[in-house]
Amino acid sequence: MDFFTFIQLGDASVRMAIPLLLACLAGLFSERAGIFDIGLEGKMLAAAFLSAAVSFASGNVWVGLLAGIGISIVLSIIHGLASITFRGNQLISGVAINFFAAGLTVVIAQGWFAQGGRTPSLPKDARFNGLDFPGALTRVRDKMQASPGMQFYSEFVSGHSILVYIGLLTVPLSWWILYRTRFGLRLRAVGEAPEAVDTAGISVVRLRYSAVIICGILCGIAGAYLSTAVQAGFTKDMTANRGFIALAALIFAKWRPWYALGACLLFGLFFAIDNRFQNIQLQVIWIMILLIGSAVAMTVYALRREKIDVLVLGGLSAVLAAVALITWFGTASGEGIGILAALWETVKVPSQLIQSLPYLFVVIVLAGFVGKAIPPRAGGQPYVKER
Amino acid sequence: MDKMPKWADVVLVPVVSLLLAAIISAIVFLSIGQNPWEALKLMAYGAVGTSDFLGYTLFYATNFIFTGLAVAVAFHASLFNIGGEGQVLLGGLGAAIVVLLVPWPHWTLALLAGGSAAALFGALWVVIPAYLQARRGSHIVITTIMFNFMASGLLVYMLAGPLKPAGQQQVASGLFPEASRLPSLNDIAEMFGSDMFGRSPVNISIVIALLACVAVWALIWHTRLGYQIRALGKSESAAKYAGISAVNITMIALLISGALAGMMAINNTMGINSPQLVDNAAGGAGFIGIAVALMGRNHPVGIVIAALLFGALYQGGAELAAVTDVQVQIVIVIQALVIMFTGALDEMVRAPIEKLFLRFGRETAVEE
Repeated sequence: MDFFTFIQLGDASVRMAIPLLLACLAGLFSERAGIFDIGLEGKMLAAAFLSAAVSFASGNVWVGLLAGIGISIVLSIIHGLASITFRGNQLISGVAINFFAAGLTVVIAQGWFAQGGRTPSLPKDARFNGLDFPGALTRVRDKMQASPGMQFYSEFVSGHSILVYIGLLTVPLSWWILYRTRFGLRLRAVGEAPEAVDTAGISVVRLRYSAVIICGILCGIAGAYLSTAVQAGFTKDMTANRGFIALAALIFAKWRPWYALGACLLFGLFFAIDNRFQNIQLQVIWIMILLIGSAVAMTVYALRREKIDVLVLGGLSAVLAAVALITWFGTASGEGIGILAALWETVKVPSQLIQSLPYLFVVIVLAGFVGKAIPPRAGGQPYVKER
Repeated sequence: MDKMPKWADVVLVPVVSLLLAAIISAIVFLSIGQNPWEALKLMAYGAVGTSDFLGYTLFYATNFIFTGLAVAVAFHASLFNIGGEGQVLLGGLGAAIVVLLVPWPHWTLALLAGGSAAALFGALWVVIPAYLQARRGSHIVITTIMFNFMASGLLVYMLAGPLKPAGQQQVASGLFPEASRLPSLNDIAEMFGSDMFGRSPVNISIVIALLACVAVWALIWHTRLGYQIRALGKSESAAKYAGISAVNITMIALLISGALAGMMAINNTMGINSPQLVDNAAGGAGFIGIAVALMGRNHPVGIVIAALLFGALYQGGAELAAVTDVQVQIVIVIQALVIMFTGALDEMVRAPIEKLFLRFGRETAVEE
């Protein structure tokens, strides 16, 4: 892998990370204020649709962006109504918003544009295009022959749409709001101890509504980025589970803005690798070491604990070991070679497995074996004022 | 009178929620230039208008009974199993492996074996999320969502590779042997000279689904385990104080939930007209189960009624999409509205009704 490929991979990671990052920070504001939001996906999707539709109709992408943010805020306020005012179940409300957006975007897109549930392709001037910085090379051939520094500047720093730079700036801005302003202090407090905030004479309801509205704005930008910057128009289910990955990144980031940037870049890298390398080969011996190693580690861990741990983790270890052995012997008989020789054969890792890696990674993170993530204490619970 | 009567809670609140969902759906229809009343008539015809349509409605209802029960059992323990979709896919995988591997001589045996395998695979797919919830406190909602994604990856891998017969174009398993095909309800009706369900795939699984309802009812309200599940759901600390193991009951409730979702495979995989496992076998049924359980108030009787309603909605929506320009996703919109009003905005619907009853109750008390 030469330096330019490396730069391109980094560049793609950033592009992939931006919608995750915006959604992740959206979830961060909401959850820090004590409102769980699994409706990030739905808000992004609705914003992606409406910003593409309005950009197409008006020819001005900024109007489209505003429309996307608007619909995302509307959904946020519905979520707020359900979880703050009517003290309903926040998870169920989020699920409902996801389905609502998934269904409605397709139905309305068909009703308005009759193109099978998508918007027409946006012309170039109704999109967010890449900004070329002064002196940056734009043609791939020129970039490949340039010096490493120039490659870095032209490919990695320059050439993104303005929303990428806005997205990256949101990180320090969020940090500053949360940790350096009075509003941020109160917002964090309302997610930990709403009764204390209430006692201090500050409105819990108003703070939480502000938090979900900020969440709506950020999800709106994320959705608009997908349909007007990455792609030229809305297609069905185009958010492709990014809202859920963002939630996972949020947990991985332990509800902190800078960590969120790191987590989202990591997940962005996963997607970039998946996009770029379709055919990933691994030597059988590495598969064996990986699978048998984790099986042994889990068994050792379980044996020191209770019966239920032995049952579950032991069973999982057995499955992993079985998969390892099937791969090994399958390769040996498939290639018609000896058992030992088969260890040095390479096999193709199924693309479905590569695509599932982010989800698998999330589960491992959630299992809490990689640093304990402690959510805001009052998260998910409606606040009932004492009388 | 301090509370509103039970019938209002069980019947009136869901009906008002449904009406609100219908009003917003009507607005959606208007916004895409369709007449809502015409659409409703078309959907009603599409749901029960012909024997084929009626049969399909019942076929989908069978799916939703299984997934609705699955969500409800977990809800009784205050757990939100959103992973029904993945558990259904794994159930299908289990059923397909067992039915394709062994030449079952008779459909009853195939049903028994396939059903058990489906339940087992469905339950196994929830083991890790359940374990992580019970022992590590990882949130079951996020983990089961992740397991849904992984399930569809695993299924595509199996269907594109190991389970696909050589030379087949379609990404699907081979057809199941003829001997293992479940009799459709129309086969049974034909014995009595009727053609009640046409060519629809509604089959003997609907009986199993109803039996599952009875079993869940007995389990939740008439066994010690059911009591423990409900106790845990009401208050974890109280349950622990009463000597109930939260870890074990959480695991068991979720395993039962997963098994019920997995069992759906006997209907949508073994029971269809040309039985085979396809890659979108679940078709959103796992998610509709959430709406069904919420609307049915987690009670088997309510779940059957809600499942019939959603079966009609699903089939009627498909017909509507076939004859008009409305996309079939309109069903997802209505489903979302039902989940919103019955699940999250419950208080918004309930509080005014409660207030009305209180005022009405007070007036009669004064008159006396």
